[in-house]
Amino acid sequence: MNPVARRSKVPLLAASALALLVLAVLPSFIGLYQTQLLTYGLIAAIAALGFNLLLGYTGLLSFGHSAFFGIGAYAVAFLARDFGVRSMEVYILIGLPVTALLSALFGYISVRHTRIFFGILTLALSQVLYSLTYKWFWVTGGSDGLRVPRPTLLAGFMEFVGAGSFQRFLNAYYYYVLVVFAICVMIMWVIVHSPFGMALQAIRDNETRAAFLGIRIRRFRWIAFLISGTFTGLAGILWVPLNGLTTPEILYWPFSGEIVFTALLGGFRAFTGPIVGGIVFTYLKTYAVATTEYWQMLLGVVLVLLVLVLPTGIVGALSRLTASLRRRKP
Amino acid sequence: MILLRTVDLRKQFGETRACDGVNFVVNKGEFLSLVGSNGAGKTSLVNLITAHLKPDSGQILFEDHDITRMTVAQRIKAGIARSFQIVNLFDGLTVFDNIALSIFSREGKTVQIAALADHDDEVRRETLEVLGQFGLRDKSSVTAAGLAQGERKLLDVAVAYALRPKLLFLDEPTSGVSTGEKAQIMDTVSSVVRAGTVTAVVIEHDMDVVFRYSDRIVMMHEGRLLADGTPDEIKADKDVANILLGAPLSA
Repeated sequence: MNPVARRSKVPLLAASALALLVLAVLPSFIGLYQTQLLTYGLIAAIAALGFNLLLGYTGLLSFGHSAFFGIGAYAVAFLARDFGVRSMEVYILIGLPVTALLSALFGYISVRHTRIFFGILTLALSQVLYSLTYKWFWVTGGSDGLRVPRPTLLAGFMEFVGAGSFQRFLNAYYYYVLVVFAICVMIMWVIVHSPFGMALQAIRDNETRAAFLGIRIRRFRWIAFLISGTFTGLAGILWVPLNGLTTPEILYWPFSGEIVFTALLGGFRAFTGPIVGGIVFTYLKTYAVATTEYWQMLLGVVLVLLVLVLPTGIVGALSRLTASLRRRKP
Repeated sequence: MILLRTVDLRKQFGETRACDGVNFVVNKGEFLSLVGSNGAGKTSLVNLITAHLKPDSGQILFEDHDITRMTVAQRIKAGIARSFQIVNLFDGLTVFDNIALSIFSREGKTVQIAALADHDDEVRRETLEVLGQFGLRDKSSVTAAGLAQGERKLLDVAVAYALRPKLLFLDEPTSGVSTGEKAQIMDTVSSVVRAGTVTAVVIEHDMDVVFRYSDRIVMMHEGRLLADGTPDEIKADKDVANILLGAPLSA
């Protein structure tokens, strides 16, 4: 909060509008495959944005966010298979409360503990869900997963059938995800700059003192968990129609690790860190997989370098660089 | 008029009796110092009153209401706040935000999730007022981690004061700072507290500070209250002098 006068939001709004404009015109220049990748990147950014409300703002490291991503994806798959739903809006409207409910439950159990105990609890809970999804093949399709057909967009106004439908879907879906992404960024920005967001940061910095200001620590952590899981769940809801298939792999712990990696890559101490991390990680992984069969090793090396050389992530490093250049100016 | 009273308050850690049947009284509007050697039970007593610790037995009465079973949050709501012996701040937040958060919490506004914190003009005005009172206005945009020790001590007190408590416990507000800074901190704290009609209980080791600023002094020794009186009465008390000099108590 600015100490004397309210900080002007004009530069922030201008920068956001410019970033949005760049993202809006990009598909005209980068081709269909890159557009698809960028869509995956934006979805990863939404997941990481939610995850970072816990890590960056509340100081809780979850190793179980794959559960929320996965439950979002499977909610869509069940709606499509068992109820014949094809509308993306219905997927979101029903998928969100489902992920919120699971987040509320997992959060209620997990936020009673902090540090490694919190991390282990989230990991364990997510692996319970993974095991159920893997073993209950008659419900979930087991390791084969569940297919999700291409949905309609904007309450059925946009349908994708016939020749060239895949290309049309990818283009339209990119803009659909971009709008949802912009709304998510806006909502999260307000949350972290609200009195509630300030209280979360206080809990992160000094739990004891926060309690002695009358802040109900556990309740605040639980609400943060609920919001965080729901955001990541929304990412899962958006991801599955693009992927066309959901398998238990997205509930498995390495996927939670990828979400952690994403936040670290972009920088979990900066609001834009997870956004940058989500997009960069998507490209990094895609090209690593395409380049070598030892892609996990390549990502591992990047992670080690990241921790050693760029502990504040890409955004943190850029911020420090900008600040040091500003100081050098006469 | 009695503001706070403890009745036969007891707390034991293993064999050590931190509070051994303490009957402690704080009168409304006074600036009281709680003194005693290390391990006398001063901080334990404050921890019991502020719900940082649970008593083994006894009662705590605040404004004639039994608050013994109240949670930290409930006691804060009732009007009891505290600062800490080791500075306890939100180091990642600015000095301004440290105070603002205290005000947001007092007003029950920390639940606001869809409103921007810097759009609350009332909180901003009050935050600036508190910062001005504690001489920290120039530091408002600095993070708490970037302050000097003396300033951190002041901010620690200011954060508790911003809750506008009826009773404020200050646990060694001048520990770890230079002699010059001690006077500066205590001048500021005592003037703000007295102007704000807050009742203050200060745990302090520096007897010069204690004698200079206190209306009343209570001395603890081995978990019990040993002496209670005005600065002049305490100065004349032989037991107090003996303890402070490390000599045995009179029979």
